[in-house]
Amino acid sequence: MLALDRKLLRDLVRLWPQALAIALVMAAGVATLVLGVGTHASLDETRSTFYERNRFADVFASVTRAPGALVAEIAAVPGVQSVEPRIEKLALLSVPGLSAPATGLFVSLPDFVPQRLNLLTIRAGRLPEPGDEREAVVSEPFAKAHGFGPGSRFEAILNGRKRTLVIVGIALSPEFIYAIGPWDLMPDDRRYGIVWMSERALAGAYDLKSAFSTVHLKLLSGASERAIIETLDGKLARYGGRGAYGRKDQLSHAFLDAELLQLKAMSRITPPIFLLAAALLVNMTLSRLIALERQQIGLLKAVGYSGGTIAAHYLKFVAAITLVGIVLGAAAGVWLGNGAARLYADFFRFPFLLFRTDPSTYMAGGAAALGAGVFGALRALREVMQLPPAIAMSPPAPPQYRRMFVGLGLSDRLPRSVLMVVRHLARWPLRTASAIVGVALATAILTGTLWVFQATEFMIDTTFHRSERQDATISFVQEMPERALFDVARLPGILAVEPYRNVAAKLRNGGVERRVAITGKPAGAMLSRVLDIDFRPVPLEGAGIALTDMLARILRVGRGDVIEVELLEGDRRTTQLPVTDVIKGYFGLTAYMNIDAANRLPREADRISGVHIRYDAVRQDELFGRLKELPKASFIALQRVSLQKFRETLARNILTMVTIYVSLGAIIAFGVVYNFARITLSEQGHELASLRVLGFTRGEVSGLLILEISLVVLVAQPVGWLFGYGFAAWTAAGFSTELVRVPLIVGRDAYGYATAITLMAALVSALVVRRRIDRLDLVEVLKTRE
Amino acid sequence: MLMELEAPIFRVRALAKVYRSGDVEVHALRGVDFEAAAGEFVVMLGPSGSGKSTFLNIVGGLDAATTGEVWFEDHELTGMSERELTLYRRDHVGFVFQFYNLVPSLTARENVALVTDIARNPMRAEEALELVGLGARLDHFPAQLSGGEQQRVAIARAIAKRPEVLLCDEPTWALDSKTGVRVLEALMTVNADLGATTLVITHNAAIREIAHRVVMFGDGRIVSVAVNERRLAAADVSW
Repeated sequence: MLALDRKLLRDLVRLWPQALAIALVMAAGVATLVLGVGTHASLDETRSTFYERNRFADVFASVTRAPGALVAEIAAVPGVQSVEPRIEKLALLSVPGLSAPATGLFVSLPDFVPQRLNLLTIRAGRLPEPGDEREAVVSEPFAKAHGFGPGSRFEAILNGRKRTLVIVGIALSPEFIYAIGPWDLMPDDRRYGIVWMSERALAGAYDLKSAFSTVHLKLLSGASERAIIETLDGKLARYGGRGAYGRKDQLSHAFLDAELLQLKAMSRITPPIFLLAAALLVNMTLSRLIALERQQIGLLKAVGYSGGTIAAHYLKFVAAITLVGIVLGAAAGVWLGNGAARLYADFFRFPFLLFRTDPSTYMAGGAAALGAGVFGALRALREVMQLPPAIAMSPPAPPQYRRMFVGLGLSDRLPRSVLMVVRHLARWPLRTASAIVGVALATAILTGTLWVFQATEFMIDTTFHRSERQDATISFVQEMPERALFDVARLPGILAVEPYRNVAAKLRNGGVERRVAITGKPAGAMLSRVLDIDFRPVPLEGAGIALTDMLARILRVGRGDVIEVELLEGDRRTTQLPVTDVIKGYFGLTAYMNIDAANRLPREADRISGVHIRYDAVRQDELFGRLKELPKASFIALQRVSLQKFRETLARNILTMVTIYVSLGAIIAFGVVYNFARITLSEQGHELASLRVLGFTRGEVSGLLILEISLVVLVAQPVGWLFGYGFAAWTAAGFSTELVRVPLIVGRDAYGYATAITLMAALVSALVVRRRIDRLDLVEVLKTRE
Repeated sequence: MLMELEAPIFRVRALAKVYRSGDVEVHALRGVDFEAAAGEFVVMLGPSGSGKSTFLNIVGGLDAATTGEVWFEDHELTGMSERELTLYRRDHVGFVFQFYNLVPSLTARENVALVTDIARNPMRAEEALELVGLGARLDHFPAQLSGGEQQRVAIARAIAKRPEVLLCDEPTWALDSKTGVRVLEALMTVNADLGATTLVITHNAAIREIAHRVVMFGDGRIVSVAVNERRLAAADVSW
């Protein structure tokens, strides 16, 4: 081994705590990168594979009732590869052991021919016998939630008739990777499941012999989805077509897309923060090491080593630290990735979901870490190259200090300790700034993570306490006359009812259009309210339309503009409506109107699509018992129950996220403060030991170091809050999709907790360094120059 | 001698110090007996490794003895805790180091004030600096002072607390003769004006002429003690 390499090894051994602190920060960067990129890739690839193997459709459309003969016509459309017509209906279920009403989405399976699209992956049992009216296959999460297996039974109200169904198989489908019921916030597997039955059996139940209610298409590669949707809409219009759509608008696919987008956003924001912090640390530590070893460097140059060789020696030092960081980070990334995959498996139902990363992910992580290390080392290495041997051999000139704020007379008023510390910090502004930025990054990453919880809480509060204040929502099988409202009002325990009417439509402005359900609500609604962007209730009077802020932004319209509305039901005409309000909404793209005006769109009077209710919790069981038997209802959303479930899931995720990010943030804070303190100690150790000789106590001397650290950490806080707000804004923008928007609300709690955690980590590292002060060699200081 | 009539401020009995490094034992002190009277100016000479610095460190409360006793007035240093030693240094001892050991981020005045801030009955920092002839350089940082000036700031810092004992380890080590003389003058002034017992370690044999007593160390022992019948003024020595 070369002597220089031996020195390298010994330096690493000697400086191991500092080297490890840097390596840990790098590891955090690599880990978040491997986690983010790996999870994204795993989820994306698993989805693609599942889609491909199970022939997930490309275009989806629903109609009231279309004749089977139309299928051949659709199949003949250029660009269409396969067509699968089917019957799809929501129906209430009565499940043993569940007091609340559940809903099944009933989907037909072709008899006698195999499925062409959206093939089921059978997890247990078998497919139903053709034509059997009792046999059903259910989705795996639903079965698991109830402990169902082949042979289990439950009841369903199909088209007003109650039937007992027998489970013969359990399956997963690429169509329902994320299965969420209407009006629900997140999947509730106990109350929502997919039920597949024989086509003939469902056709018999719903009077749809030789007819279908939805049709799915697979397109040839290169076919224009937009053109085919247009052709399809034309063909389906007279059968009550509600507008065909592509994967982008398919609910399960869209939720996965939103998740993938968020993962991508996270993997672009978090790792660079850690790597920047690591670069700052390398810079700080290496600069100090080189300052300490300038005489050695001079000696090496004097005996004939080139500047490049010596620079390479220090670069190897950085590379060794980086290597440790990469190995630790990759291992942590894989570990976290497996955890994330388990977490995802609760929401996204794949037959398999393994956290896999290809070598390129590790290479990217390694390259990024190495890049950060080299970037951090550049300045110090330049110094090594430029150091002339003669100067290097003589001790460095004593540091020059300046009196500051002379005019203010602060020098006389400030305690000596404060003066010492402030002047020392000002003497090395770059290092002080690096430490401040480093600590600020820790605070920032914490602020930039913790805000999400408060923002979510705000979303919940706005959505469930100010806007959707109903306890439950009953959706009818089809539009009902207004008197259905009174039937609901007579149910036991009902305190208030409020009708709504949904009208399917395409909203258009110029070339931009979106398929939405326009929801009509009574003027001055009290249960399900619409709030404007200042959270004031919007009365919804007159004939205008109110759009959520996201929808208005997409359509590029504002209050007072006129948009084109193409109805997808009734007489399907296209009309113009004035935008009367832009409103607040965090979920989906929604549009609201007065219920009478909404009814006038399809030229129908006094029809309602469902009812929002508030009920007496004491009589809940009685009410649920009656709701389960309600023939005209297809779905009952229980906002109260759903909110509770949402909170439970959120609480669990918060715990996981907080644990991970608090650890990561603490690593940065600890790493930066520890290295900063060690450098300060190495620079001032001589002075501090002298003070001990002069009669200062250990407490007084370490007080100086702690004061210096405290100043850096405290100054870093507002900077960190500012950065953190920036990260939050960046994240909010990255998280914002047509399905969900997280409001950018960074509350005092986020700042407060971020600072508290940073301070704790700083305190711990300060205490670790303090132990070194206690061990300062007082005798040595008398004999040696620094 | 007048000094011998007074009660000794230091009493050292059979002082020994052994450093252990692995299996190797180094006997730095091998049984030293010593007394110093209040106000005495003692110069300690001896080759490197003779034990004089170890002796000074133990007497100054920086290092612990292996065996033997050290008494300062009626306090036994050898039995003191770490905290008591810190207080002993804070209240009674002034140190002058070989390398000045000034805090570079504080001006001359502030460096002295560092000590006066924690001392029980200090003089003003300016007064201490006047005493060593630096009244005009109060607001200079160490980097703006010459070596001799820096050492005089160190002396001012050491004496500002009005110590009973002034311990100096090679105070003129890095200084030329002319500058060194000014430092010695400052030491003698302080010794005379404040009555601080002053122990000075040096390799510089010329300095012996200004002491009351010269103690010669060799191989961990005191090998000879000489009393100067007539002390020279600092200005009369040179090297």
